Formats: sequence, C-alpha cells, structure tokens
Amino acid sequence: MAEFRNSSGGRIDRARPLTFRFNGKRYQGFSGDTLASALLANGVHLVGRSFKYHRPRGIVTAGAEEPNALVQLETGGYFEPNLRATQVELYDGLTASSQNAWPSVDFDIGAINGFFSKLFVAGFYYKTFMHPRSFWMRVYEPIIRRAAAGARAPSEADPDTYDKMHAHCDVLVAGAGPAGLMAALEAAKAGARVIVADEQAEFGGSLLGETSGIDGIPAAQWVEKMRADLAAFPEVRLLPRTTVTGYYDHNYLIMAERKTDHLGRGMGGVRQRLWKVRAKRVVLATGAHERPLVFADNDRPGIMLAGAARAYVNRYGVKPGNTGVVFTNNDSAYEAAIDLAKTGCRIEAIIDVRPQATGAMAQKARAAGLRIICGAAIAGVEGAKRVKAVEIAPLSSDGETVGGPVKRIECDFVAVSGGWTPAVHLLSQSGGKLRFDEAKACFVPNVSVQAETSAGACNGTLFLEGALEEGAKAGRAAVEAVGLMPAQESALPKVETVEAAPIHALWIVPGKKPVGHGKAKHFVDAQNDVTAADIMLASREGYRSVEHLKRYTTTGMGTDQGKTSNVNALAILSRTLSSPIPSVGTTTFRPPYTPVTYGTLAGRDVGELSDVARVTPMHGWHVARGAVFEDVGQWKRPWYYPKDGESLREAVNRECLAVRNGVGILDASTLGKIDIQGPDAAEFLNRVYTNAWSKLGIGRCRYGIMCKEDGMVFDDGVTTRLGENHFLMTTTTGNAAAVLDRLEDYLQTEWPDLKVYLTSVTEHWATASIAGPKARELVGELAPDLDLSNDAFPFMSMKEATVAGLAARIYRISFTGELSYEINVPAYQGMALWEAIFAAGETHGLTPYGTETMHVLRAEKGFIIVGQETDGTVTPFDLGMDWIVSTKKPDFVGKRSFSRPDTARTDRKQLVGLLTEDPEEVLPEGAQITADADGTPPMPMLGHVTSSYWSATLGRSIAMALIADGGNRQDTTVHAPLGVKTLACKVVKPVFFDSEGARLNG
Amino acid sequence: MLLIECPWCGPRDEIEFAYGGEAHIARPADPSKLSDAEWAEFLFFRSNPKGAHRERWVHAAGCRRWFNVERDTVSYRISRVYTGACEPVGEGQ
Ligand SMILES: [Zn+2]
Repeated sequence: MAEFRNSSGGRIDRARPLTFRFNGKRYQGFSGDTLASALLANGVHLVGRSFKYHRPRGIVTAGAEEPNALVQLETGGYFEPNLRATQVELYDGLTASSQNAWPSVDFDIGAINGFFSKLFVAGFYYKTFMHPRSFWMRVYEPIIRRAAAGARAPSEADPDTYDKMHAHCDVLVAGAGPAGLMAALEAAKAGARVIVADEQAEFGGSLLGETSGIDGIPAAQWVEKMRADLAAFPEVRLLPRTTVTGYYDHNYLIMAERKTDHLGRGMGGVRQRLWKVRAKRVVLATGAHERPLVFADNDRPGIMLAGAARAYVNRYGVKPGNTGVVFTNNDSAYEAAIDLAKTGCRIEAIIDVRPQATGAMAQKARAAGLRIICGAAIAGVEGAKRVKAVEIAPLSSDGETVGGPVKRIECDFVAVSGGWTPAVHLLSQSGGKLRFDEAKACFVPNVSVQAETSAGACNGTLFLEGALEEGAKAGRAAVEAVGLMPAQESALPKVETVEAAPIHALWIVPGKKPVGHGKAKHFVDAQNDVTAADIMLASREGYRSVEHLKRYTTTGMGTDQGKTSNVNALAILSRTLSSPIPSVGTTTFRPPYTPVTYGTLAGRDVGELSDVARVTPMHGWHVARGAVFEDVGQWKRPWYYPKDGESLREAVNRECLAVRNGVGILDASTLGKIDIQGPDAAEFLNRVYTNAWSKLGIGRCRYGIMCKEDGMVFDDGVTTRLGENHFLMTTTTGNAAAVLDRLEDYLQTEWPDLKVYLTSVTEHWATASIAGPKARELVGELAPDLDLSNDAFPFMSMKEATVAGLAARIYRISFTGELSYEINVPAYQGMALWEAIFAAGETHGLTPYGTETMHVLRAEKGFIIVGQETDGTVTPFDLGMDWIVSTKKPDFVGKRSFSRPDTARTDRKQLVGLLTEDPEEVLPEGAQITADADGTPPMPMLGHVTSSYWSATLGRSIAMALIADGGNRQDTTVHAPLGVKTLACKVVKPVFFDSEGARLNG
Repeated sequence: MLLIECPWCGPRDEIEFAYGGEAHIARPADPSKLSDAEWAEFLFFRSNPKGAHRERWVHAAGCRRWFNVERDTVSYRISRVYTGACEPVGEGQ
C-alpha cells in the first residue's frame, strides 16, 4: 500500500491494483483512481513546472479546473497532450509525463528565470521581446518555444476511431450532481425525452466526496438509487464521461464522450464520440469551482484547494499529506478540515481571515478537536518543491497588512479556500448574462437568452438542500415549457443542514512585504504565471477593461480558461481601480469548456472521407489510365494523363499538340447544366444574360455572360435552345450551384410573374468533348447517319443523333479553338460512350487530355475563365467583350451599373495579353505588373497576371493580365518584378492563335 | 447552428440554408430612371440594425424556396418566418 493511501474508505477498488509510469518512474494505484489521486497516494505532489518562471508546481484541484497538473499520455500515434491529471482515469500500463518540465521536473534549467523574474512582468511579450527586432526570430522565439509551457503536437497519425452522433431531446441536463439528478428525475417522470451528461466516470458530482447522508442513506448510495431510477425510463439517456463542451445558438449543444479512454489506448471500437444535441430545454447543473486565496508563494506544491483535499481523502482514500494547515475565508473549508482530521491527517490549525469563528461550522470543528486561529493569514511559505512550513500572522482590521507575532507551523500540505465560483461557462456561452452577488462574492446567472435554467451550485446555491430543491424545480419547469405535465410533486430528500456563516472576501492576502516587492509571489493564474503584482501593474499602465487586461497579462488565457483565477483577477483589478467589481465587468467564456481532441471533432471525416468528392461516369477510366486529378469545386477532374514518367509540362505539351494537329478528347461532364422550361424562358434569359436571346433559333447555341447587379462578371457558358420554350444552360464547373440559387432568387422574388422552371441536370448527362482537325472524321465514324458538313451542322448548333448506338445530343461548340463536338448521353451510358469513342479513335491517334491542356488551348485563343480572369471586380468591358453586352435591351441584370462613374471609367484594369521578352520565361500567375523595370518598393502596381502557360503550339510562353488602362498600353513594355529577377513583357491583344477563328469554323 | 423553420419543410439546421441578406429590398422596376446615388443606395446600402432584422434565406439543400425571417441580430432569436410581402418590424409576433 502506498504511503498516503488509507486502508479503507473511498470509491476505489483495492482488490484491483494498477501499475503506471509517471516521468519514467513506476507506481501503483487502484481501479477508480485518477492519475492525480494515484500520484498523491504515492506522495507525488510535484507534477510540473510553471510557464514563465519554471517554478515547481503541484496538484491543486480534483477536477476540470486544474491549472497545473497538465500531462501528456502515451507515445507514437497514441500520444496525447494537454490532459489534466485530475481527470485522467487510471488504467493498467498508463504512461504519463509532465508537460512543462524541460529538461526535467526535478532539475529545471528554466528555474533560472526566477532570477530574471523582473523581465516577466505584465505584458512581458510586448516589452521584453520586441527589441531589437532582429532578435525575435533568432534569439527570443526559440528560447521561449523551448522553455515555455504548451504541449508538443503528436507526430504520428492517430490510429483510433472516432465518430459523431446527432440527438434531439426535450430536456438536456448538463451535470449529474445533486441538482442535475433531481432535475432529470422530474423531467423523466413527466415522460420527457431526457439526456443527462456528466464529465465524470460516475454520476454524483460533489456527492461522490460527500460524507453526510441523504434521506437517511449515504450520499453515494442515494446517487446510485437515483441513477438506477433514471435508467429505468425508456426515454432517458445517461451519458457518463461526457462533457458538455459547447452551448451554441438555438439550444444546439456539443458534447464530447470518452468511451474507452479509461481502458487505455488502442482498445478497438470507437474511442471518443462527438454529440450534437438540439434540446428544447437545457438544465445547467454544472456545479462550482473553488477559488484559491491569493497569498505569498501560494503556488508551492502541497498547497491545494480545500475541496480537492476533501475529495481526495473521501473519494479516493488518499491523504494529501501527513500534517496540514487549512486556510480559508469561508465555512466550506471547515468540512474539509473535519474530514481530513477524521481520516488520519494531523490538522495543525484552521487559519480563518474572518475576525471571529462563532458559527455552527466553527462549533462543529471545535467539537472535533480542531484549533481555529481567527483574524489571521498565511504571510509566508517555506519550501520550494514541497511546502515545509507556513508563517501565520494576525491581519490588520482592514485586511491590508499583517503584523504582530509571526507563528511558524510545520506542515506538508495546506488546504485553501477562497470561496466558490459557480461554473457559469455554458450559460456564458449561451449568451446569458451574469451579475455579481456581493454576499456570496461570486458571479451568478442573471438573464437567460436561450431556453435554459441554471440550478444548484452553478446558480450560486452552494448548499446541498438548496441544490436539490432548485434541481427539482428546474426539471419541472423544463417539462412544463415543452408542453408536458409535471408529475405529482413529491417530498424533497432530507439532508442535514448546517447554517453557514458569511464569506469574507479578501482578494489579496498581505504578505510580509508589499505585493510585488521582495521575492515572494502572489499567484493569481498559476497556469499562465500571472501574479497580483502583474495585474496591479497592468492597471497602473492603463488597462482598465478586463478583456484588455486578460490579453495584456495573459491571465485566464491558458487551457484552463482561468477557471480558478478569473474572479480573483477581476477582483484585484477592481480593487486597484477602486471601482466595484460589477463595473469592471466580467469575461466571456467561449467553447470548449475543456479541451476536445481533434479526433473527436473530425470523427469519421478523415482521409478519403475528409471532403465530398464528385466524380463523373468515366472516372474509373481516368484512374485506370493513370490520370493526375485536380479538384474543381467538389469535382475530381483529370488534370493531365502522364505517359511513361512524363512531367506535367511534357504531358501537357504532348496533349496540346495532339489536339491542335490530330484529335483529343476531354471529359466535360462536370460542367453545370440547368434545364430551363416555360413560356417565358427566352424573356428570362434576356434579363439574366447581357446579350439577347429571343431570336435564337431552335437547335442553336449561344455564349452568354451573366453579371451581378453591380455589373461585375458572375458566370459564363453556352446555352442552347432545345425547343420554343426549352433551353439548356451550361455554367462553369465550380459555380453551378451558385448560379442556380441566383436564378431561383430572381424567379421567386423579383419576377414571380414569369412562367419559368429550373432543374439542375448536371449529373444527368455525361459529356465527351472531341476536338481537333480530325474530330469530324472520328465523329463521322461514330455517327454514320449524321451529316457533319458545315452547312448541315454549323458551328454553335446542336443535333440529336445516334452515336455508337446511343441516343445522344451533339453540340458543335468549342473552348479550344479547334473543330469540336461535345457528345452528351445519359450519365449511365457515359462509360459505354467513352469506350466506344476510344475503340474507334485508336486509328486516329485519339489522345485524352485534361484540364491543364484545356486551359492552355483556351488561353492561346484568349478565352477567359471566370474566377481566373475575373475576380468579382471585372466587367465584360474590362475583358474587351463589349460585343456581348446588348445596347438594345432596355434592362438586364447589371446594365444600370455599366453607367456608374467608376464602372464607366476608361482606365480601369483591362484584360491584355503579355509576351515575355525572353520567350522561354513563363510568368508566375499572380505576378504583379509595374510600369518601371527598376523601381524600389513600394511602387505603383498596374495589375497582375491572371493566366500564364508554356504554349507548345507557339513554342513560347503566353500570358494574360489585368492591368490599369490596358487598352491604351498595346505594344508598350511592362515589367514583372519577381524578387530574384524582373521580366520585361510586351503588351499585346489577348489572342495568340488563329485570331480569325478559321479552325473552329472549319 | 441556428434552427430555421422552412415554411415548406419545417425546422431544419442552418447548414441546409443559404443567407440572402436584408429582405424587402425590391429591384427597381426601371433602373435606368434612377440617379447614380439612388442606384448605389439599392446596390450597396443596408440597414444593419442591432435588434430585429428582416432577412432572406433560401432552403438551398432542401426545397430551394426563398423566404423571409425576422431575427434578432443580438440574441439571434427568430421571431417570425414568413413568405411574401413586407410588413413593419415587430408585427405579427
Ligand atoms: Zn424547405
């Protein structure tokens, strides 16, 4: 049996010993221990080093609020940082180490920081490390990163499985302590669908460390009875080891469930689960966190919160030490003192800052033989790696100083209580407002914004009887609010109540020297090493808002979000500013309540499932052919088809030349397709496109540009008239959904009188685009009955025909500048069509090409790509496409904006072609263009390169750019400064090949 | 994640919807009659209130219908979901 483990008592299973390692040493604990309780049982208090000063730090709490005992577990893929030892359930073989202890917990080079502690005052980041600037990267940052706190990131992929669950309920109860259990039972009895979530392994909350009885039975037995009663209701779901971490709008809550962590890692099945809950009502019963007192050197290992000391001895059968001192400003620590004394600790004294101790609790303590020293404080602490003794001195009546005879008491632990802070984190996340309760010296819920109620300690009701009553009331109110009939009221469980004497708020406990002087430090935020002196300095420097103070001093900014420190920090600020706490404000809590693993958040959405992928009916063929894919929106499109180890450029050169000189084929199925029908379809197109549509003949195609009301290009594509009242619109691949939304918007809200119906048919069709001088020959073989002559089937028209035995629509349109036929068949026949085309194409040297080749070929022709040549600030005129804007139509979307003064400017950025002086140089896309070759930055930028490629057809590079007044810069030279060199370019028209269009009309 | 009640499909998570900005800003019947300032007012200026805000949503991953929502921009509480014409803020609650 470990040294500090009692032989009986607690909720651990002494028949099930477990072995674990901490910082390389082997220890033993029991089933039911946390890592923290098992360490304390072995006499280990020192668990880490502090963030700035690298002071030795010990376990302070027994729960989620722990600021110090951050550990990392396991190794390799199972490595996990940032865990609180107070919440890690012990399992056999567990391996843990301190997070902040370079190079080791016992000997720490960072402790040298203690000598330079004047450097680490409030705002130290801003003051110390700013100058000289060049020192930041080379000197300061590496030192800080090496020595400072914070976890390492895991270096290997996590092998475990995670998942997600969506749930709905009438009442979600967060926390299964006394208030939560009562609320859940009342809701369950009314027939409500109830979810009860609690972060601990067992339900019961504070009752798990309680020694008094409820309804005549031990509290733990009462909890078990409540749990069993709840479990019997079919509509009740009980979730232990589940933390409600986030409270979002409209009662949407996120919970993190740890399913197998307590068994070890790599257990198979689902390790952790993320719950997304929509609750009609929420009962918050999240309890309260004890606050430390801010006294000199209050961070020494062995000094812990009184409630935690009580929990360790009652719940885990672990003594925090042999000889202790209790230091408090309220009654709750008396219960700890009594329980500790009862279970084998020697309690030297209860030091109470209050001038008298005459209340019922004090009487009880005296009856138990405990010595109480009133009106006194701990003025100093001896011991660095473990408290050795404390110095007790009388407090002045105003609490500002200590004086008189100093009494030295030897001890190996101190149990401290500065009062309780309701855990209002979820309420704050929900948008609820708090108010400061002077009598209780804490913030309590005040105004609800969402459908929730706080009950018990998190509502400021810090005594058991009140928590039970409030819980029951909250449960009944919740079911009534969701329209159910509450069950008949039953008597509340009976508990022994001792009337509590009022708390005495003493926000800074004076030491032997004034705060900030001498070596002693009054810590407020132990995790971020923020002292009372830091806060006082910050307020002297003008930080008056608590939100600014937080960022400047970093108080409350750690992974614990200041659960034990926020109220003390606020109160010290208020004291320094001499303005009441409510007027200083309070901080807003943000999710998550405690850290959540990335695994839980990702769930199954990892690897192949991390994003949605859309593939065409011919996808398998592309994969088999070794295509390299590119993501376009959600689509996987073949980028290029490398042959025999070709590079991207080699493959694209080959594909380009094949299309220009023979015949190539592109899978164009991903283009957005919208079927438009109705008697007003042509009128509708007139209004949404810039050009005119009424006179387009049936079976004819037309290119259109769609603008937004501000006159900027939104999308483009070819639309075909299939019948008098029937059109098929194509959109860009990535913009199809946005175009459909926009068109629906106009039809439903602006022009509901138009009879037009839109259907997305993108995935109904598979499209094979055959392009090149030999395209007619190949298509002729595939569709022998179709007359492909220019007269019968001219450019920009559509025919229905049988292709390779399949009923198809053939569009003679071109994005490459070559003679081109786009063959469309129903999607399920896409692969059959593709394979038939290749069977026939073999003898013609048919070459599959990808999007990169398509981009090069269209750029040679000066065809734009929306989103590449345009960015939401470009009009059709800027693109030199005046011809596509109707001057006759009275109105269309965007028209009015073309005459706005800024849109009508003639020196706007306009699309031009660029030819580098050195034809071998390919400009990087996005390169900035300047007028001067050798200016010094900052210098005026004319614009930027939008598209740039090597053109195998032309044997040189080509580029397009948007540059100011581009129309008037024809034949001038501009420059692209690239840092290492500057490239001179000639401005030309953005058409590099076959400008008269002979090939696509041929 | 807001819970939005589509007038046609019922209450659904926000993720199914797309936002359409302030409601009841009709496209002018004849834009050519508007001065540059008036057209700019239509294009760019929105009321951006703190409190009740009437706004447009579309059930993009559902029935694809547009409708109006009155939502408090501070609490995000939705007081009303409706289709059709403009009504003054606060009516019909
Ligand atoms: Zn809907």
